[in-house]
Amino acid sequence: MTCKGSSPQELARQLAFTRRDFLRTSAGVALGSTLLPTRLFGRSGVPERKRKVVVITFGGGARDQETFAPEGQENIPHLIKDLIPQSTFFTQVVNRGILGHYVATASLATGVYETVNNFASIPPEYPTVFEYFRRDLKRPASDAWVVAPSNGFNRIGESSHRAYGPGLGARVILPKHLLAAATSAGTDYAHLLRDNYETPLYAPELSGNEFELQQLGTLLKLSVADFKSHALTLSSPDELSVYIARRLMRQLSPSLLWITMHDIDIAHAGAFSLYIDGIRRTDRLCLEMWNAIQSDPEYAGNTTMFILPDFGRDSDEDAGGNGFQHHRTGDALSRTTWMMAMGAGVREGVVFDRPLGSTDLVPTIGGILGFNTSLAQGKPITELL
Amino acid sequence: MLPSDLKADSFKSYAPAARKLAVDNLAALRRLPLSFLPGMLREVIEYDYKFPAERRSLDKEIAHLRSLSHEQLQQWFKAFAQIKLSQNLERFDWVNSPAQFVEQLSSHLWTTHQLDAFRTAAIVYADKLRATGPPEPPPPLSRLGIAIVGQGVSEYHEGLFRKLRPHGVYFTKIKPENGVPQLLEAVAARAKAHPIPYAHWYIDGGQEVAHDPALTLVSYNALEPTRSALLDKMRAEVERPGNGPENLRTFMAQVRPADLGVKSGDAVLDRFQVKLLTEGSGTQIFSTSFAQWAAREALRRAQPLTLLVRFAPRQRQKPMNEMLFAKSESVDLDPVGSLVDGDMGAYYNWINQQRLHGAEHSSFLVWFEGHNIAVAISPGLPRGTHSDTAADMRELLTMMA
Repeated sequence: MTCKGSSPQELARQLAFTRRDFLRTSAGVALGSTLLPTRLFGRSGVPERKRKVVVITFGGGARDQETFAPEGQENIPHLIKDLIPQSTFFTQVVNRGILGHYVATASLATGVYETVNNFASIPPEYPTVFEYFRRDLKRPASDAWVVAPSNGFNRIGESSHRAYGPGLGARVILPKHLLAAATSAGTDYAHLLRDNYETPLYAPELSGNEFELQQLGTLLKLSVADFKSHALTLSSPDELSVYIARRLMRQLSPSLLWITMHDIDIAHAGAFSLYIDGIRRTDRLCLEMWNAIQSDPEYAGNTTMFILPDFGRDSDEDAGGNGFQHHRTGDALSRTTWMMAMGAGVREGVVFDRPLGSTDLVPTIGGILGFNTSLAQGKPITELL
Repeated sequence: MLPSDLKADSFKSYAPAARKLAVDNLAALRRLPLSFLPGMLREVIEYDYKFPAERRSLDKEIAHLRSLSHEQLQQWFKAFAQIKLSQNLERFDWVNSPAQFVEQLSSHLWTTHQLDAFRTAAIVYADKLRATGPPEPPPPLSRLGIAIVGQGVSEYHEGLFRKLRPHGVYFTKIKPENGVPQLLEAVAARAKAHPIPYAHWYIDGGQEVAHDPALTLVSYNALEPTRSALLDKMRAEVERPGNGPENLRTFMAQVRPADLGVKSGDAVLDRFQVKLLTEGSGTQIFSTSFAQWAAREALRRAQPLTLLVRFAPRQRQKPMNEMLFAKSESVDLDPVGSLVDGDMGAYYNWINQQRLHGAEHSSFLVWFEGHNIAVAISPGLPRGTHSDTAADMRELLTMMA
């Protein structure tokens, strides 16, 4: 995929074109640049007050070889066959920030390339999309939720920004932490309690607006016994996250729901088969979330769902890395990802090649739900508004 | 401290050969920018423990830098000189802890959005360096890489070697009997015919089998006491209050063979093996990750003429703490997952072999152990073809020669 002598911008563009070609052959999508712009949401008939957004980060980063390239498509059958035909697909989303999962997710959530320590329990510096949403639209805390994979993400819900910050962010739920509290980490559940793969031995201390075990019953209407017994039927931390996200949708129907997947990041341990297992599982869970949206009357017809990786992984060709294992080189492959949007106000089966930034997501969500994202550095994606 | 402040005394804590190299080239080192020099010192400080091929390239690089005029040097390092560093980095003891400096520099480059500029500067520098001086003579023997994967798998019906097949011949009727001994025999014959230090390697991701002592051996099972000692130290470090990932990384970088009770009489190999465990990710827990990383590092650093890597089943995935700190008797293996890991690992071995000098004459063989499937890549064999020739490993290697 990479060509010696090409600039990062040229490599990103080539990557985008290749993705488009893969999609045109496998999923039968049309080239979006031939379509005329229209005010999509204006024509969707969904009033602003009723609109909902679900964001899934396809984490922690997968490469084209294992996903959209012909040899990788067997790993993402649900994205290819079920979701892409219903989506607007952006082939070139470039992350120009730090390629660590917490800081990159914080950048996605603030619309600014954050520089916070990836491995510390600290909030983003700029207001998050949840704070803009809640303050501008005067929404309660129960209307914005984050389901996150590991302790390191517990501060993602609200920033340290003076004008926003404490009390205005999203509620954060860490299903693994919840399960550990419910079970005293018995070995039966150990497979669901894997933490951060970038620093497997360290989990930052929890603080901030975190969901407590006793709220399982009051907010999610779920007894600890039922939670534990259902957890036994699941095979990975991301499955646990999706289970909790679905429970949140059923009980609280938040208008802004953010789910950070992380199983794929097992790649850091260097076992290719486990990385592939993670991709296949994430593919299945994305469809599960989409089906949950379609079958829930609170969500069906008025929800826009976004799926995007926080970033990619290193290419095989870069001698400075070790291929799929890490995302350390900052090469074009590790920076250039994709995004799909589907649901309310979104054209189906369309692909756009123009470069977007990872920071464009927040202003776009602001445009869809009707709030101002004044401190975000990204630009609204006009093809979705 | 800046490079221009360097004195001979600055290197007094370096090992003898490293100190001599630095002091002999002091004038050249003093002219280099701080964004570049510690990266070079990270190599220099390890000089006493480097393989001959690494020493040769470092010598060549420093000799070239010494030969540059002031104007040429400014031109060569213009992009590095434009990297803005923090005062903290300037104050750091980069002479004695260059690896830790490079870690902090990396973090600084990401945070200040200078990583792309640094990366471009580094690529341009490496390309220019490669293009200087007389062309390297061809290796005394064409390189041969061998990967054996799938140990312990009785049946597997999904496609194998898909990434390597376009580059060589896909054999489907290989005679697997005595395959491993035959391959080790062939490797040993090359080692005896060309007895060059660290030029012929045998890496086993499990228990090594009988082999000729002329081969440089790295074995996952043989390193079990070392891994165990390292994991004990890691556990103690993790449990220390207030510690974090950065401190653990610094601690791991400072671990030496003697700290883990390693003393084989070959200080270079001892240091290499310990680094596989302290610098590799996943090498402490998954034997497949270990075998792949060991091969990658052997190829990058020792540039062997012959490398045989045998992947073995790794432990099944469990929570990270359990995998890192569990006792060996409780290990549950995942042979099929390990076959998939080995398939990709073999591809990476081939890529890394192709990065070496003389790649156009190199050969590579990957074989599904105990089965009749293999891919042979060699300048004399057609690419992207299939063969149902019945051949054993000896005959296959003859076809590749």
